[in-house]
Formats: sequence, C-alpha cells, structure tokens
Amino acid sequence: MKMRGAQIVCESLLREGCDVVFGIPGGAILPLYQTLPEFPNLRHILVRHEQGAAHAADGYARVTGKPGVAFATSGPGATNLVTGIAAAQMDSVPMVIVTGQVGRPAIGTDAFQETDITGITLPITKHNFLVMDANDIARVIKEAFFIANSGRPGPVLVDIPRDVFMEEVDYEEPQKLDLPGYKPTVLGNNRQIKKAADLIRSAKKPVILAGHGVIISRAYDELRELAEKAQIPVITTLLGISCFPEDHVLWTGWPGMHGMAYSSLALDEADLIIALGMRFDDRITGNVKKFSSKSKKIHVDIDPSEIGKIVSVDVPIVGDVKEVLQKLNKHVDASTHGDWLKRIEILKEDHPSLRLPDTDKLIARQVIRDISDVTDGDATIVTGVGQHQMWAAQHYEFKNPCSLLTSGGSGTMGYEVPAAMGAQVAKPEGTVWSIAGDGGFQMTLCELATIVENKLPVKFAILNNGFLGMVRQWQEIFFESSYVSTGYSGNPDFVKLAEAYDIKGIRVTDKTQVKTAIREAMEHDGPVLIDFIVEQEENVYPMIPSGMTVKDMIEEPSSERVTA
Amino acid sequence: MTTRIDKHTITALVEDQPGVLNRISSMFRRRGYNISSLAVGQSETDGLSRMTFVVEGDPETVEMVAKNLHKLVEVIKVVNISSDNTVSRELALVRVNADLTTRSEIMQIVDIFRAKIVDVSQGTLIVEVTGDENKVDSLVDLLRTFGIHEVMRTGTIAMSRGVSFEGDTSGITLGKQS
Repeated sequence: MKMRGAQIVCESLLREGCDVVFGIPGGAILPLYQTLPEFPNLRHILVRHEQGAAHAADGYARVTGKPGVAFATSGPGATNLVTGIAAAQMDSVPMVIVTGQVGRPAIGTDAFQETDITGITLPITKHNFLVMDANDIARVIKEAFFIANSGRPGPVLVDIPRDVFMEEVDYEEPQKLDLPGYKPTVLGNNRQIKKAADLIRSAKKPVILAGHGVIISRAYDELRELAEKAQIPVITTLLGISCFPEDHVLWTGWPGMHGMAYSSLALDEADLIIALGMRFDDRITGNVKKFSSKSKKIHVDIDPSEIGKIVSVDVPIVGDVKEVLQKLNKHVDASTHGDWLKRIEILKEDHPSLRLPDTDKLIARQVIRDISDVTDGDATIVTGVGQHQMWAAQHYEFKNPCSLLTSGGSGTMGYEVPAAMGAQVAKPEGTVWSIAGDGGFQMTLCELATIVENKLPVKFAILNNGFLGMVRQWQEIFFESSYVSTGYSGNPDFVKLAEAYDIKGIRVTDKTQVKTAIREAMEHDGPVLIDFIVEQEENVYPMIPSGMTVKDMIEEPSSERVTA
Repeated sequence: MTTRIDKHTITALVEDQPGVLNRISSMFRRRGYNISSLAVGQSETDGLSRMTFVVEGDPETVEMVAKNLHKLVEVIKVVNISSDNTVSRELALVRVNADLTTRSEIMQIVDIFRAKIVDVSQGTLIVEVTGDENKVDSLVDLLRTFGIHEVMRTGTIAMSRGVSFEGDTSGITLGKQS
C-alpha cells in the first residue's frame, strides 16, 4: 500500500498502542500535523511549550507503563524538549519523541530552524534515530517503542526530515526488529539467585532497598511476598516510594539526604542490603566509602552497567526485578528476624523524624499532611523539585503503587505542572494533585492553558514561601543565611493568575483554612489552584549534607524558626 | 586490594552505521574514561565493524567501560582481551631526517626492527613499522635522535590467540573472568 511518511508515522504509532501525543507544531513537522485528521484515534494534546510536551509524556508514561509520545518541530522546538528528555533518561521513563527536521537537501547547511537534535540528545536518550528514507519509518518507530520500553526503559528520539514525511513509499507492516546489539537480560541467573537466597538465609539484619525498578516492573506483589516471607524491613528510594504500602508494618521509610533518620540508620546498621531496581544515587549513599559499610549487597538491576558502578556488590543479578523476585521468593526461607525488627522499631521510636512543630502558623508540612488526610492517601502526587518535593515525599501517606511522580535523578523544577497534566490524561477519573513551589510552578505554568483546554481536573497546591526554598535552606545552613538571588518578591497573585486561565483559585493564609480549601478543591469539578501562603523559612529535616555520612545527619533543627 | 592502573584492550563488534563512532566517543567522554588508542575497520561480516580500544584504568573501570559499551544499541559484542594471550599490532609511518651520513645507520636500525623504508627523498626517509605498541615506541625513540618530522600511528588492533571466542553470539566477554 502506498503511504506518505507522515501517514506511516501515525499508523505505526497506533500499531504500537499509542493513543495520546503531546506536542506543538512548526514548519518542519507540519506535514505530520496535517496528517493527524486522518487518524482520529490519535489524540493530540496541544501544549504551550515543548518542555511541557516532554514532561507530560513522562507523566503519562509513568502512570500507564506505556511509552509517552511527544511531537516537536525542528530547531528550537526540538531543543525545548531537551530538559524533559534528560529528566526521563535519568529516571528511566519510556518515551518516543518524534521531531521534525529540515528537509534532506538542507541538512548540514545551517538552514532555518536546523539543529542537530540527534547529536544534542545523544547522551540523554537511550537511543535515537535520524530517518533519511521513508521506507525506514515503520521499522524505526517499531524499534523505538521496543527500545524505549524494554530492558531499562528510557526516551528514544526519532528525527524525521520534512521531505521524508511527504515522501510516498510502499508501506508494509514491519515483521521483525533488526537490533542485533540490543538484547536486554530479563531473566536473572539461577545460580546467582540461589546465592542471593543463601545470603538472605544467613543475614541477621537484612533490609530491602527498593527502587524505581520495582515500580517499572510492577513487582509490588513479589516485593511484598519477599518482605513478608522473610520478615525483612522495606526501605525505598525516592523514586521507589509507593511501591510498598506505607501503612505496612515492615515499611521503613526512605533514606538519604532528606529521608527519615531511622531509614538511614537502618541501612547503616544492616548486614545485608537487597537492592532492587535502584542505582545507589549519591542522595542515598552520601559518602560512598562509609555507606552501609557493615553490609553485604545483593544488587538486582536490569542494567548491567548499574551494577558495581557506585558500590561493590557481593551478589549481582542482572534481570527484571519482577522476574528475579518470582524465582528468588521460591528459594527464600520463611524467617522472623525478630531481634532486628525490634531494633528497627526502637530506631523508629528514637528517631521519629517527621514530627510537626506545635505551631499556629501555616507550615508547608501541615498542608501536605492535610492533603494526605483529605485524599486518604489515594491521589497521584506530582511534584516539582525542592523543599515541597521532599515534604510531599515525607508527609504524604501513599497507599497506591506508582502514585508519586517526581523528577528524582535530574531534579527538574517545572516538572510538576506538565507531568501532572500527563498523569491526569492517563488517569482521567483519578485524583491528581500537583504539589508545587512558587519557584518551579512559574517555570512551566503556561501549561495551565493546556489543562483548561483539555478539561483536566488537576488540583494544584502551591506551597508559596516566596523563595527558592531549598536553595535558601542551603544558603542558611552553608552560607550563613546569605540569601543571594533566592527571594521571589515579584510573584504574581496566583489566585488572579488562576482566574485569568478560568481556573478556580483559592488562597489560604491560615492553618485553620487548609482542610476546607482542600475539600473545596476536591469537590470542584475541574482544575483548582490553591495558593498556600506558608512560612517563609521552614527547613527540610532530617538532612545529611552532600557527601557526608549518617553520623553527620542533622535530625531536627536546634531552634526551629517556625516554632512559635 | 590495591588498584592497578594499566592498559587494557577491548574489542567491540559494532554496526557500521553513521554516528556509531560519535555515540561511542560521547560515552567515553561523558563517563570520563581514557582511551589511549582506538582503531576501527571492517570486520569479517558485511555491515559490521570491529573496533579495538586501548583503555587506561583499573580492572573495575575497564569492566564499566565494557558494560557501557555494550549498553549502546549498535554495539553487538564486547570482549576484554587484556591478557598475555593476545596478538596486538600497530602500524606506524615515521618521516625521519636522513642525510648521507645518517642514512645507513637508520637503515641498520630499520633492519633490526624488521621495519621497511617506503620512501626516500633528498633529506628524509619514511619508515614503516609494524609491531606491538612497545616495539613501535622503541623504534620511534631511536629515530628521534635523527630528527623526526612526522609520526602517524594507527592505534592498536588486537586478537586473542588460539581458538576464537569472539564468535557471533552477542554479549560481553570479560577476558579474565570468562
């Protein structure tokens, strides 16, 4: 069948199960856009900035487990995606991005809106393609989806010149992939799995350190089975949050720079770490040489290059967490670890970490607690990066798997608005709260228009302290409170801003109004923005300063500024 | 354990496509690995090239290099052949000063190294030498005393001796651990 390149792109996307595309048109990609009306099953959501398209595709992908798809035009359209692509790469989020490129004859001539986007995105994609022949499109799109969502997921960019979209060729559904160099190891090695079971059997103080891989492979039940069978406390990474129910007796928080003190201490005292789909990020390890120095390590990861990268590992297992746990659970003996669990309880009692100060003032942590209460831990929480991110991770009680979406690895402020949009598109009936700071919110707030246009009932909570709060906290602690360029004195009136977008806006200035406002937002049928005017100089604790150890942890401030 | 920093030889079978070298060099740069030489050429199979890298680092670093190479979609097979049981060769062309008084001395040295003189002009000779890195280094050092104009080296290529274990199955083979 004769088809134009653009039609083949759409046909191939549908074939791969794509139903939503986030994007914005421009000259080079116009032939693709002009084809969209022929494919009504391909819903296009017109964003206001390409970064929004990338983060929205990211949010959509995390919730659905399917690759998120984004379109952008050549040059600035493509470069605007870069932040979102890098964020997805760092957090192993599957995406397929189609960019328009200048026509083949113009490539290399510095033509209008020409950018070498495959060159630019080379280190921040799992793989990328420049398609120079329309005959290759169908195969490339198929390969792009396969690469994006197999093995360790990640973003794949497909750059297509304008004239390739318009080229008419014979279309045939590609039957097989031609990727001789790409064969992810999914099933763990049986001998290694038995060795891991032996280590678990002999451990007195084991902990599970569960990362994003547990969520990506949807290994919740297998994780729970392992934890319950061998009675092993479960600690998660930031991106692993919600992979294990927080009301479970074995749940032992999350560790690291701003994690719970008892989690970091448990890792420090442990004699075995069972690391599942995680990568020993510096925010968790601090000083690597002194990180959990008494423990042996079992490291399960689908990406062999993560094993041995940061810490040396006693039993490496390359494979998909779910597959490996299914086998491992058969070899693991039931156990009680009574003394160790008692010790964990003592750690939790002695280092409660997340107590709120007794104050009448409106503090950000209280807002998160109240959102958690009102939504009953049932919402999908999407955060930006900074203090509000840490408080959301600490104080929201996540009940559902995969219910925290946050830019962990790349720490991208501005993620919260478009990613919440993507999450809401993925879960039209679900409750999605975008928890933002006043800083990050202003980086991508243009997507409010997209949210209104598509009638997405996202609830926004801006924890407005008039500062780039986390940076200010570092200035307070490490730079003698010299607040250089962190105060936001020119913030808009966020309620009026919301109203300008025809979004319901609520301002909360008093502690007693918080729950009422959250309930009002929940009852409103449509997007709502709540501007919480919180204490300006509230800090995130516990805190292990960068590169330090659990012994350097500041658990609670000596004099908390907000205690009145 | 003390860390050993020395040279390791890794070969990679890669798809012969535009951008592959860029992808590989970008990975080396991004991860901060040092390549002391790199040679690329066609392999025995159409559409596939074989690259030989000489990498500096401790064994752990070299293992990470191999893993990260293998992670690239277009890299089909990675083999660490750092062991004594390999043949490694490099080719160099050296343009060296040679007047009537020094020419015969240079020719003797070239003979000893089983190298060749491939061009003679009024004041210079071009010497072609093949051998492992040490041999080429030694000859270049000796010729330096006569005054070298130009040195061109291909970088090392290497192959393990005996029965091939670099068949067409993909994966990573870490020489010493396999």
